[in-house]
Amino acid sequence: MNVALVKNETASALSDSFALARGRLPGSGKVASAREAAFAAYAQAGLPHRRIEDWKYTDLRALMRDVLPLAAAPDAAELTRAAAAAKLHAIDGVRRLVLVDGVFAPQLSDLGGLEKGVSVRTLREALEAGDAALQAQLLAPDNANPMVALNSAMMTDGVVIDIADGVVLTQPLQIVHIASGHVPAAMFTRSLLRLGKNAGATLVESYIAAEGAKAYQVHDSLIIAIGNNSRLDHVRLNEDGRDAFNISSAVVSLGAHAHFNTFGMMSGAGVSRYQATIAIAGEGSKVETNGVNLLNGKQHADTTLFMDHAVPNGASREIFRAVVDDRAHSVFQGRIIVRPHAQKTDAKMMTRALLLSDEAEADNKPELEIFADDVTCGHGATTGALDESLLFYLRARGLSEKEAQALLIQAFVGEAIETIVNDGLRELAIAAARRWLEARG
Amino acid sequence: MSLLEVKDLKVRVEEREILHGLSLTVNPGEVHAIMGPNGSGKSTLSHVIAGKPGYEVTGGEILFRGEDLLEMSPDQRAAKGVFLAFQYPVEIPGVTTMNFLRTALNAQRRARGESEFLVPDFLKKVRNVAASLNIPMDMLKRGVNVGFSGGEKKRNEILQMALFEPAVCILDEMDSGLDIDALRVAADGVNALRSPDRAMVVITHYQRLLNYIVPDFVHVMSKGRVVKSGGKELALELEASGYAQFEDAA
Repeated sequence: MNVALVKNETASALSDSFALARGRLPGSGKVASAREAAFAAYAQAGLPHRRIEDWKYTDLRALMRDVLPLAAAPDAAELTRAAAAAKLHAIDGVRRLVLVDGVFAPQLSDLGGLEKGVSVRTLREALEAGDAALQAQLLAPDNANPMVALNSAMMTDGVVIDIADGVVLTQPLQIVHIASGHVPAAMFTRSLLRLGKNAGATLVESYIAAEGAKAYQVHDSLIIAIGNNSRLDHVRLNEDGRDAFNISSAVVSLGAHAHFNTFGMMSGAGVSRYQATIAIAGEGSKVETNGVNLLNGKQHADTTLFMDHAVPNGASREIFRAVVDDRAHSVFQGRIIVRPHAQKTDAKMMTRALLLSDEAEADNKPELEIFADDVTCGHGATTGALDESLLFYLRARGLSEKEAQALLIQAFVGEAIETIVNDGLRELAIAAARRWLEARG
Repeated sequence: MSLLEVKDLKVRVEEREILHGLSLTVNPGEVHAIMGPNGSGKSTLSHVIAGKPGYEVTGGEILFRGEDLLEMSPDQRAAKGVFLAFQYPVEIPGVTTMNFLRTALNAQRRARGESEFLVPDFLKKVRNVAASLNIPMDMLKRGVNVGFSGGEKKRNEILQMALFEPAVCILDEMDSGLDIDALRVAADGVNALRSPDRAMVVITHYQRLLNYIVPDFVHVMSKGRVVKSGGKELALELEASGYAQFEDAA
């Protein structure tokens, strides 16, 4: 048993990297002391491992081993490579906000002609010169989750978006994370979106790699506050490189009569974990959390959701689909908590995994904790192979084995993808799924 | 050359032999009815012709226009012109009928080296066929067979038959689960597809269906063999006397 030793080595290597990075980390005073506390919390816990229930299926000590040093700010060559990657993955009709190796890149971002009532700042600016309330909001995620604590300690840059009351954005905003460095390194980013009352917006997050990016680590977090009567649509597309790690967290809160529709698709990264905590804090609000994992090779992707119904009359729906080929491993953990006062909560979760090979693995863990007595809650989880009788029907109609499989896989993920409201973004997700299927050959 | 020749076919499922040397010859333009009690092997025959996995052919052969059908994958057989109308058509949620029909039709055409149908031509073709079968276009925008009644599912099978224009149609218990009105609509659809180039094999337990689809030949199956063949009057004879006499004979 040398667990303690491993932890100490990791922690001490990281302490050095935190000490080295400190000079580059924005913010002083309260921000700096919050970083110290967050780092201490992380150093105490170390990388999460399988004996921590929440990380049972995603043992970062085994999968990631250690946290890489902070990536250097991108140089001209890296920005050029990042620009090429951004162009390759460009989405029509969105306003792009680009982070390269964890640093905001104004030259690659669309900052001109911002709509009235919208402001975009960098995290660096906000931590160095923001008001106390904003800084408190940026530092709000607690240190109980070690990877969130690490992110709080090391966050270097990101975007802070404010959308004023009554403003409904027609153009989606896209935060693009691009890794460009030839040297393995880690980037630590945090972004914040504050949506006022009676407002609306669409946010896309994309994770991509530039040509030649090496075994990098993305440590990202996103804080979202949705005001009363507002609606946020959120689409997250992970197309990181195959040897990349992506550990991302989202902390979302909704006011009253608000609506949050979020969809995530994981097809990239070697090892990824997306952990989202969504709290309904105002009555009559609705959350739709949907996702698709498309995995092959030796990919490992973990989606862990925590849906918190704190007030009455809330509704939440979770539809999650995993398609797992080769020796890949998909993890879905969905926890719904209905607190004592949250009567008339309507919460449902359905997770299904499709295994395309004998060595593929899917772990589905739905959990319901209900403390109110007048609620409608339910969950279901299934894991299986493609239905032989459906395959034969399609083949008897002339489809080859691969064509029949592809049609059934598209149908399987379709139910989740169809929840994306924006036509362009839905088409984008469908195209990504189709590319994945075509790559199967 | 015959269109379809089944010669001394022996088939096992797991360790049990279901067909013990069955022979059947079908020529273009002919309609054959295969009748028999439950468990006589009628559906097994249809599955083996279509290429369903799980059956082991231990003897005999099936020739389609002289080619060895058993060597072909199910999709190759479909492209060659073999069509099985399923007794229980499956539901495929998430795949619209339109998308399925176009994918299947074009897959068959590609396999035959023909050009694929463009969307407008395809739509026109489907509209015509659907109208003749009394199938509303809205139904085709839903998932394949999802929420369809028994009659609608069978009509959807006939719609496919009309679209794909196969050379041999095997209709497996087309009448099961249909009321008399639904049966009449389905039978009219089948009769409209009768042609001098096309053959049909109608598998049924009951004589009733054969009042609507009148066969040229009737074969009685019992215990994995054809025990008697004759003209359409044989079906009426069976209706009067039942299958018991043949079960004893086999």
